[in-house]
Amino acid sequence: MNKRTALYQQHLDSNAKIVDFSGWDMPIHYGSQLAEHRQVREECGVFDVSHMTVVDVDGVEAESFLRYLLCNDVAKLDQPGKALYSGMLNYKGGVIDDLIVYAMEDGYRLVVNCGTREKDLAWINMQAHDFDVWVLERPELAILAIHGPSSIDKVCSVLEPADAEAVRALPNFKGVMCGDWFIARTGYTGEKGLELIFPQELAPAFWEKLLAVGVKPIGLGARDTLRLEAGMNLYGQDMDESVSPLAANMEFAVSWEPQTRDFIGREALTKLKQQQLSGGLPVLIGLVLEERGVLRHDQRVVTDKGEGVITSGSFSPTLNMSVALARVPAGSSSAQVEMRGKLVSVSIGKPGFVRFGKKVFQPLAQ
Amino acid sequence: MSEIEKFKFTRSHEWVCLNEDGSATVGISDFAQSALGDIVFVELPALDAALQANEVVAVVESVKAASDIYSPVSGTISAVNEALADSPETLNEEPYMGGWLYKITLADPSELDALLSHSDYQDLYQ
Repeated sequence: MNKRTALYQQHLDSNAKIVDFSGWDMPIHYGSQLAEHRQVREECGVFDVSHMTVVDVDGVEAESFLRYLLCNDVAKLDQPGKALYSGMLNYKGGVIDDLIVYAMEDGYRLVVNCGTREKDLAWINMQAHDFDVWVLERPELAILAIHGPSSIDKVCSVLEPADAEAVRALPNFKGVMCGDWFIARTGYTGEKGLELIFPQELAPAFWEKLLAVGVKPIGLGARDTLRLEAGMNLYGQDMDESVSPLAANMEFAVSWEPQTRDFIGREALTKLKQQQLSGGLPVLIGLVLEERGVLRHDQRVVTDKGEGVITSGSFSPTLNMSVALARVPAGSSSAQVEMRGKLVSVSIGKPGFVRFGKKVFQPLAQ
Repeated sequence: MSEIEKFKFTRSHEWVCLNEDGSATVGISDFAQSALGDIVFVELPALDAALQANEVVAVVESVKAASDIYSPVSGTISAVNEALADSPETLNEEPYMGGWLYKITLADPSELDALLSHSDYQDLYQ
């Protein structure tokens, strides 16, 4: 039987369509994925993402362990609550997973993908062997993401006043402990918002409070189109163990400095960087289809520099046209996508289509 | 007899309904729209196109997938639902009413006899 989060009954109560998501019964939508998408862009919605895996890392060598384990550098987390996006690489520089790491009062908290849980835990525990650290999965914690222009006001309206004040003061990519709740300004939608990690037995009552102040439940379907519009990668589609961060628009999450820091995958990545500088490494770009139709994962892309593939594609409810992420040869300046046997022209640009409810995609001048 | 009892269904989830003028209207079932999820584009056939039963006649794209629509009957296209270009969501909201796809002049009305009644269709796909 599939796993269920503490909010399974609440999902049913909101008429969720439940699907299997990596062994979990999760809500894909509550009636209309498009309406939920727009709800987040225009107002506010809540996602139950308790299926994601929380891993706490602590011990005297926790910092040096994570500086070795992750391609981004946790030394940048100079105060408790700060968050960092990173890849966890293998020795070939391929991405085992992407994750968020938070600096906690004691140690660190990692939130990794649900679909990669077992291999992630196995890898982390194996690498932790040589360090004086402990690694503890926290399956008893619920995770809610509340996103949209009014999300912070809505959440603060149901928190204790002192907690609300602390949350309002948070800058982006920063979190705070409120008792045994961790509340952070992070997310996966391109809107402002919060992620709350707290004991799952409190989740049903808190969920009901949010719904009572007008926050709408949002399914994983809209989560996917929101992150795609924001140009954020989905593990397993836009990158995996055979793809380096350099070919997945993730170099911003690689910390090359200080050069003295060794991290898993650094040697391979350094060679790949040379390849990239000579134009030999593909890049992840954004595509927009201005005519009718929907770009889809795995469709073939033909550019002026060779062939590529769509890694994520869907309909963008904000732009009212289809958008995609695609991996194509470096330097491509025009592209066509094979859709149902026909080659269709698309605009290309940097990945990222919508931020804070507004179009940000800039097509490359051809 | 309620309206829906006049509809005939295919195993590929299209419906067809005979009109008073002898033409027939075609759409997709409530089960089909629900399984597809939010529909964002509909590609309709050309007017006067002649087609055989079970031929691909239209394409419906949802956030989830693109689906071919097979004509339940043979004939000539006499009208298409132009309104779907601007409001494809009508297909989700009213699959048996405003969400119709096209009208067809039947080449062989007896083809209707081979299709499923609403209750038989429901028994198969509920």
